[in-house]
Amino acid sequence: MSALLKHRLTWPVLALVLLLLLNQLFRADFLSVRVQDGHLYGSLIDILRNGAPTILIALGMTLVIASRGIDLSVGAVAAIAGAISCMYIYSSPDPTSLQTAATGVAIAVVAGLLLGAWNGFLVSVIGIQPIIATLVLMTAGRGLAQLVTDGQIISVSNDSYQAIGAGFFLGLPISILIAAAAFGAAGLLTRRTALGTLIEAVGINPVASRLAGLDARTITWTVYIFSGLCAAVAGLMISSNVTAADANNAGLYIEMDAILAVVIGGTSLAGGRYSLVGTLVGALIIQTLTTTVYTLGIPPEATLVFKALVVIAVCLLQSPRARTLFGRRRPPVPAQPRVEVAA
Amino acid sequence: MSETVPVVDMQGISIAFPGVRALDGVDFRLFPGEVHALLGENGAGKSTLIKALTGVYAIDGGTITVLGTRQSFGTPAEAQAAGISTVYQEVNLCPNLSVEENILLGREPRRRGGIHWRDVRRRAQEVLEQLQLGHIDPRSILSSHSIAIQQLVAIARAMQVDARVLILDEPTSSLDADEVQQLFSVIRTLRDRGVAILFVSHFLEQVYEVSDRMTVLRNGRLVGEYLTRDLPRMGLISKMIGKELDALAELEEAESRRHPDRTQEVPFLRAEGLGRKGSVRDVTVTVHAGEILGLAGLLGSGRTETARLLFGADRADQGQLSIGGTSRTLRTPRAAIDRGIAFSSENRKEEGLIGDLSVRDNLILAMQAGKGWWRRVPRATQDKLAERFIKALDIRPSSKDSLIRDLSGGNQQKVLLARWLITDPKLLILDEPTRGIDIGAKTQIQKLISSLAADGMSVVFISAELEEVLRLSDHIAVLKDRQMVADIPNDGVTMEDVMTVIAGTTP
Repeated sequence: MSALLKHRLTWPVLALVLLLLLNQLFRADFLSVRVQDGHLYGSLIDILRNGAPTILIALGMTLVIASRGIDLSVGAVAAIAGAISCMYIYSSPDPTSLQTAATGVAIAVVAGLLLGAWNGFLVSVIGIQPIIATLVLMTAGRGLAQLVTDGQIISVSNDSYQAIGAGFFLGLPISILIAAAAFGAAGLLTRRTALGTLIEAVGINPVASRLAGLDARTITWTVYIFSGLCAAVAGLMISSNVTAADANNAGLYIEMDAILAVVIGGTSLAGGRYSLVGTLVGALIIQTLTTTVYTLGIPPEATLVFKALVVIAVCLLQSPRARTLFGRRRPPVPAQPRVEVAA
Repeated sequence: MSETVPVVDMQGISIAFPGVRALDGVDFRLFPGEVHALLGENGAGKSTLIKALTGVYAIDGGTITVLGTRQSFGTPAEAQAAGISTVYQEVNLCPNLSVEENILLGREPRRRGGIHWRDVRRRAQEVLEQLQLGHIDPRSILSSHSIAIQQLVAIARAMQVDARVLILDEPTSSLDADEVQQLFSVIRTLRDRGVAILFVSHFLEQVYEVSDRMTVLRNGRLVGEYLTRDLPRMGLISKMIGKELDALAELEEAESRRHPDRTQEVPFLRAEGLGRKGSVRDVTVTVHAGEILGLAGLLGSGRTETARLLFGADRADQGQLSIGGTSRTLRTPRAAIDRGIAFSSENRKEEGLIGDLSVRDNLILAMQAGKGWWRRVPRATQDKLAERFIKALDIRPSSKDSLIRDLSGGNQQKVLLARWLITDPKLLILDEPTRGIDIGAKTQIQKLISSLAADGMSVVFISAELEEVLRLSDHIAVLKDRQMVADIPNDGVTMEDVMTVIAGTTP
């Protein structure tokens, strides 16, 4: 039992279950999933579908954070990817064909890879602090997306493209399938190869890693490129879901949700050990929160405050010190030995 | 330098940290108008004593008297108010502020709620001129000056409070020869004005040049207080190391190692005049297969710096390096590793361990790094290697899944050694592999090194313990003041011989 309490996923999972039960309390059919026209429907499916972009971006973010970095540009990259693919489809001679959609998607994915490579270049080659390096693209990226769309919201009507965000396959929303595939691929990529361990090594002790012969530059580059890829696919989902590219609002603040998901999932912002499953749970908590707001009928102006309260609660639950403080079951922490105060 | 009343009189100072007695009944006196050098090996208690005096640590026993008043400083600020100023090794100033702002930071003259800038400038100028540093523009930004000037500004800041006692902790470690002279002339100016100066340095030459009196500590105890002119270098070194020279000579003769004639063979590694600006210079060494090269010298003499150059951790900008007869430039550790060179740092925690990873992950890290991330060492191989080396090196606890940060120092060191042994290197550079570990583990590691060399591996072995270096090495490169000064074949060499070279005034 105590081992279970100590496991780092226990508290996030508990929080998720509690949130779901809370919703069930207010809406009796919340947890039910029904089949309609051969598709699965229900609030749980909605949570998964709407959360798919956040899950994707949080996946990439997890690896970046594990390597002691952070990627603030993911929202902007998502906007650029959406803008590029929509613009391509919009201005092509055959805007409804599958081939056009596929080409648009491919171009956007390549753009995401390139933008990730740019971040990786700034961080690993130039040596700019990750938060600053990615801030560049976070702000400039929105401008790039606006240049691509010429400042307009570009609407497209291409059934194949729309399927990415709103379509179904084997009864499940395609966006969920994409997110699941990415999750599985990331898990395999990092744990079947040595990438995961090496990312952690670089994140925990970059100096020792270098002296052990690790090529930290390649590792850093890899995680940022992966993050760019995830952001681009997420951007495709977002724009496909609304069949339009909105350079200003697509993926706005999604970097914050993604970072939050990573932290709730138990990966330290200081880098090192990470948990992809934790991140998944974290992203689901965030999406469930948004749904809960509607279920409970919380007025829109109080939504953000409500979200903040729940997030604080989850973080406190995870903090051993806070648990001792509120639990009062364990003896108090002994006073810290006098810390050296260097003048 | 008359025997007047001491400014600082510390009697029977004891400080204990959990499990360690850092200082044990140490007496220390500091007279006005005198430069007093505090000497001792690494861990002898020098910095603990300074921190006791400056109020950073509370003392567990003894008394501190400053200017005739019993004091017990609770904070560095109280010590400063009593006239004790400290200038640390790393400049503790704000590089982005101007010289005058740094000098008066925190005690700016005020006028009508604001800072009286004209007064700031006047007072900064005043103190700079007193130190014969009038040529420094008080308005210039601190970072635009060399480290030496920054150090002098730090002293100016210390003197601005009208300090009676000035503590200089390793002030010369990042200065070149001219800058040291500039610093010394300021030190002498201050001494002549009656300031008591406590000087800590690992450079014995500088100690003899500038100090009037010295106090030697060893293992937290006082060895003695001497007038500099009365204690010759050899005497000082043997007091620091703690062995009488006669006794040293009698110490166990180095095992007679075979020294075959190697001059015809192509050495595995040869460095010629290798050096790096600000680090170490004139490193000329040759290591053949199966040979152990010891690096001797006092702390700060450039042993670690030499190792880092040979491993490519720092890039050499002088001299040549050839590996296996081919000339090479090592730009990164990766390049060195690919040529069969391995390096275990003296700084286990910062430069060796990946603390949050398991023993197994740490063990296979170098091997995995060599293969690249896409070719993962199969789990079965990892387990087999981990089990083999845990057993071979007697690593405890023997679980390969424990986090390495939970192991004791000696066992961590064994894991780091094994990390490199797994990669089967041709040359193993070991920087202080036996430091801070218990005697049992120490002997095990020494034996291991001998047997590795017997099997044909070359070893560069660094240790602060000269005995250990003599016992293991085939030949010994001696470093002094960041320069290699001698390469002695180890046949019948005694500690005295090596110490004579270390103490020698001329290289």
